[in-house]
Amino acid sequence: MSATVQTLEAMERPPVSMGSRLEGELLEVSMGPQHPSTHGVFRMNVALDGEIVRKLKPVFGYLHRNHEKIGENTSYLGSMPYTDRLDYFCSMTNNWAYALSVEKLAGIQVPERAEYLRIILAELTRLQNHASLLGFLLNDMGAWGTPLMYAFREREKILDLFESLSGSRMMCDYMRFGGCRVDASDDWLVGAKKIVDRFPKFLDEFEELILGNEIVIGRTQNVGKVSAELAINAGVTGPMLRACGVNYDLRKVDGYGYYPHFKFRIPLGEHGDTYDRLMMRALEMRESVSILQQAFAQIQPGPVLNPKVKIRAFRPPIGEAYGRIEGPKGELGFYLISDGGPNPYRYRVRPPSFINLTILEDMCLGHTVADVMVILGSVDIVMGEVDR
Amino acid sequence: MIGSGILKGMAVTARNFVGSYFEKDRLITVQYPEERNPLPENYRNFPFLIYDGDDPHAGLRCVACKICEKECPPQCIYIVKSDDKKPDYMGKPQLYPKVFDIDISVCMSCQICVEVCPFEAIKMDKEFELSKRERFNHLLQRKEELSKSNDYYHKICPTDAAEVDAKLAEAAAKKKPAPAPSAPTPVSAAVS
Ligand code: SF4
Ligand code: SF4
Repeated sequence: MSATVQTLEAMERPPVSMGSRLEGELLEVSMGPQHPSTHGVFRMNVALDGEIVRKLKPVFGYLHRNHEKIGENTSYLGSMPYTDRLDYFCSMTNNWAYALSVEKLAGIQVPERAEYLRIILAELTRLQNHASLLGFLLNDMGAWGTPLMYAFREREKILDLFESLSGSRMMCDYMRFGGCRVDASDDWLVGAKKIVDRFPKFLDEFEELILGNEIVIGRTQNVGKVSAELAINAGVTGPMLRACGVNYDLRKVDGYGYYPHFKFRIPLGEHGDTYDRLMMRALEMRESVSILQQAFAQIQPGPVLNPKVKIRAFRPPIGEAYGRIEGPKGELGFYLISDGGPNPYRYRVRPPSFINLTILEDMCLGHTVADVMVILGSVDIVMGEVDR
Repeated sequence: MIGSGILKGMAVTARNFVGSYFEKDRLITVQYPEERNPLPENYRNFPFLIYDGDDPHAGLRCVACKICEKECPPQCIYIVKSDDKKPDYMGKPQLYPKVFDIDISVCMSCQICVEVCPFEAIKMDKEFELSKRERFNHLLQRKEELSKSNDYYHKICPTDAAEVDAKLAEAAAKKKPAPAPSAPTPVSAAVS
């Protein structure tokens, strides 16, 4: 942390609560981008009254790579590997969201096996994202290393699955318009099923490790509360919205892919505090395991790629499309306008973690600096996606 | 009781610590570089060019059609066509690349060049220990470094290589009974 030279514009002092201690001057501090717990290169300017946050301003853009403009200058297929680099924890779901919007734009059908594979991969992604998020959150609370390493041990198994299927652990680049690039062998499915069957054991252990822990409860309950109204108005989606008790999950609302063929429940929180957000991830992992088990039972052999889709010189008809999916972090959408050419005329990403981050100030006001780190951790951001 | 949650958590860590001596599932660390996990067959790193037979020049499958250069998303391939022609695997005179460079400091291993190439001429390599002391020249791979034999491809990806060989043999067999130039194989039709 270092004192900044910049000033927050219009930094009027908010009223200090009654019975306050010595009324000091507000100290302006720049946290990040090199602060160890601001995930990635996130920076915020905070105005502190002692330990209490009185004002907070996020500063974005350190990882800006011009993703959208690059997307307008490469072919439709050429953007697919770039989407891996948005949220590099969840490249499979990014691929899916992008493929879905192009499929909408060009009216492409996806074979059944590919839909099942997509669901399997998306839910595996959700498992590893949520597991590592919980690990990171504990890291931010001071449980250095141990929970994170347990989570990473599980994540590593899932990444090995991704590697043996797509060729790369994180930059999978696996989905294509009209299906998936390569088929999964039976061995792969058996191996994946084995890992998924073991996952609840890890979850039991992990929940025992953290969820009953008094320190975790003390640090998270009633910290960073969000009302359902604010969350809806700010466009917050994903586990953060559901932690406020709003039943909104695109897998149910849109029913994209083959999700309507699956039976699963949507966990809902009640208080919208950090503890609920944490629990939401733990519960969602259980549901993902059940979705995966159904998918392994139902998947049938068949083609995985629609043979009608051209790889070279792919030109969708003139029009626009918005494809969205329920990513592990929230609603991930791609908006495309086609003018009939080989490149999109407009390519826009709706990144969930960027929009979830907009209510950071509302969550943090009145809490201490240490709580800010926990709240930020519970939002689940990946800067590759926030800054694009 | 306050503190029971913490004690339970401690029991979990203890179980993991002791378990790591007995259960393979809990101790997954691999002591790289002494120990290595086998790479999966689909693993991909950077592209390379395939040649048939022993001579990297005569057997090079690439015909410098520049499709991969055009489709590569970060534009890291650079090709210059040759002035003369040489026979390809079917005996048809074709151009070949005079210059074929891939800047692997830019390449993002996306495999799109492999997917778009109509001649099965470019494939993904599995070599990953590629750190170099020099930044500019050494990370730019020239045609000579990129060319690797089909045997090498068979060694790293046996299944895929066998599939590709079968496909090429089929195309060549189709070509032979009808040598008329007006009956192009599906492969060359995609380029023209
Ligand atoms: S792998 Fe992708 S980035 Fe690398 S040369 Fe091929 S198309 Fe270009
Ligand atoms: S697409 Fe294939 S044949 Fe054409 S230039 Fe590239 S490597 Fe050579």
